[in-house]
Amino acid sequence: MGEHNIRNFTINFGPQHPAAHGVLRLVLELDGEVVERVDPHIGLLHRGTEKLIEYKTYVQANPYFDRLDYVAPMSQEHAYCLAIEKLLGIQVPRRAQLIRVLFLEISRLLSHLLNVTTQAMDVGALTPPLWGFEEREKLMIFYERVSGSRMHANYFRPGGVSMDIQPELIDDIEAFCDPFLNVLDDLDTLVMNSRIFKQRNVDIGTITLDDCWAWGFSGPLVRSCGVPWDLRKSQPYECYEELEFDIPVGKNGDNYDRQVIRMEEMRQSVRIMRQCIAKLRAPDGQGPVATLDGKVAPPSRKDMKRSMEALIHHFKLYTEGFHVPAGEVYAAVEAPKGEFGVYLVSDGTNKAYRCRIRAPGFAHLQGMDFMCRGHMLADVAGVLGSLDIVFGEVDR
Amino acid sequence: MSSELQALSDHIASSLGEAMTARAITFDELTIVVRGEDIVRVATFLRDDPQCRFVCFIDICGADYPGRERRFDVVYHFLAPHHNRRIRVKVETDEVTPVPSLIGVFPAANWFEREAYDLYGILFSGHPDLRRILTDYGFEGFPLRKDFPLTGYVEVRYDEAQGRVVYEPVKLSQEFRNFDFLSPWEGTDYVLPGDEKAKA
Repeated sequence: MGEHNIRNFTINFGPQHPAAHGVLRLVLELDGEVVERVDPHIGLLHRGTEKLIEYKTYVQANPYFDRLDYVAPMSQEHAYCLAIEKLLGIQVPRRAQLIRVLFLEISRLLSHLLNVTTQAMDVGALTPPLWGFEEREKLMIFYERVSGSRMHANYFRPGGVSMDIQPELIDDIEAFCDPFLNVLDDLDTLVMNSRIFKQRNVDIGTITLDDCWAWGFSGPLVRSCGVPWDLRKSQPYECYEELEFDIPVGKNGDNYDRQVIRMEEMRQSVRIMRQCIAKLRAPDGQGPVATLDGKVAPPSRKDMKRSMEALIHHFKLYTEGFHVPAGEVYAAVEAPKGEFGVYLVSDGTNKAYRCRIRAPGFAHLQGMDFMCRGHMLADVAGVLGSLDIVFGEVDR
Repeated sequence: MSSELQALSDHIASSLGEAMTARAITFDELTIVVRGEDIVRVATFLRDDPQCRFVCFIDICGADYPGRERRFDVVYHFLAPHHNRRIRVKVETDEVTPVPSLIGVFPAANWFEREAYDLYGILFSGHPDLRRILTDYGFEGFPLRKDFPLTGYVEVRYDEAQGRVVYEPVKLSQEFRNFDFLSPWEGTDYVLPGDEKAKA
């Protein structure tokens, strides 16, 4: 028998694959079942967000940010609002800051719940996503009650938030917290302690800290390498400085550590939410929910009935929009997936001259190649899941 | 914070010498402009110098200023987690002058440079794989340039007869409306309808 001609073969993973978390096409070069090379083809969900923003006024561009990482919409809006506020030099009222932080943490729960449970599905479990989505549904109702929309909230606005939060909603969010911690404990027992889950995730997709910095990783990926790097602590924005929370870190930098970190971050998020609720009820947590500068935030309906100036402000804001002084800023937030940044260049008009969206998922997905090399084909889905990829933000 | 940034800015200026053409601190953010051919040396210095330690790659993006002689900016963002500082490095270039690739310093630069090439047509020398990344296979033009229309040039539809997706020139049933809401009281560059009678 002659020598067989052995060669690597190439397969397509996606673009329509349940474990691709959206529309990802991976071209995998395999040697038997071992991955030799991964070439992600992205852009199937490219909608030209950055181009569209250049043709919209600042407030009109806000909803595009919901559609980036559509799993945690408000985190994206937040980075954009922070960039505008930095250029305008306006202060956000305290109540608006508290509401923002409350909903940022709800967004974090939304994102982590989806990621941890669907990653478990990628490695073979079916029940966790059902449990996770039940809780996500409750959180999305909070989104709807505060903004009118379950997902694409458009709730954060430059200068504050669009509407005040109802006291009943604050009560309901508080009532959500305790039972949710029980669900997290159940998920811990079901997923994190599962033998199969550990077999599929421990020591898979291991990265080192030097890799993280050089590849531009952020969020749970950096923290899984043992560094408590979290922009909420290191470069605090809004009122995170006065809130108490811990940053969970891992030590192995593998898939399992990242998922454990996400589980613990959810507990910390609940802790933050509780503090926000208490502060929102306190006397100094009352007040306006958007800046009182009429040139930036719209007047209330009530004022518009009586005040000519308010009416003019409203008209000008919703036709021409506000002008942002010329300059350039980079504003970054700790989104659930990592550092989400907005680099905004203004030329002094009512439209952004350039709005660059720095999505964490883009950098993370790029790391797929070196993280998957030498792993088995079945681990590709697990590594992809642990990176927490959402194509809305990768493709923009 | 700003005095600290100023000291860092002075340190970088004295170390880089001629490579740096401008620097500024605005909104508590340090921006330096460097010559394109020196970007690899600058990035290596920023990464390895103990006072800088900008070891974390954040972003590379393009920006288009068609009015300038060298129309493109390549904007790099780096982060120094040890010192908790950020820096922005800018390089000017045009459609034909390539910028040296940063892949040797930060492997992450790969996709970000591909994206800048894809959307702006900025060329990077020494890049091993300068393919399009976000746009369609076989896409023509550079969509984020200011002279590229928002509606693009082609649209796709599924053709029943041929049984595949076909590309056609874009047909707009209504002209693209780009509202100019800039206040007319602050002066416009066009004549409002009827205004020409006033001067006659």
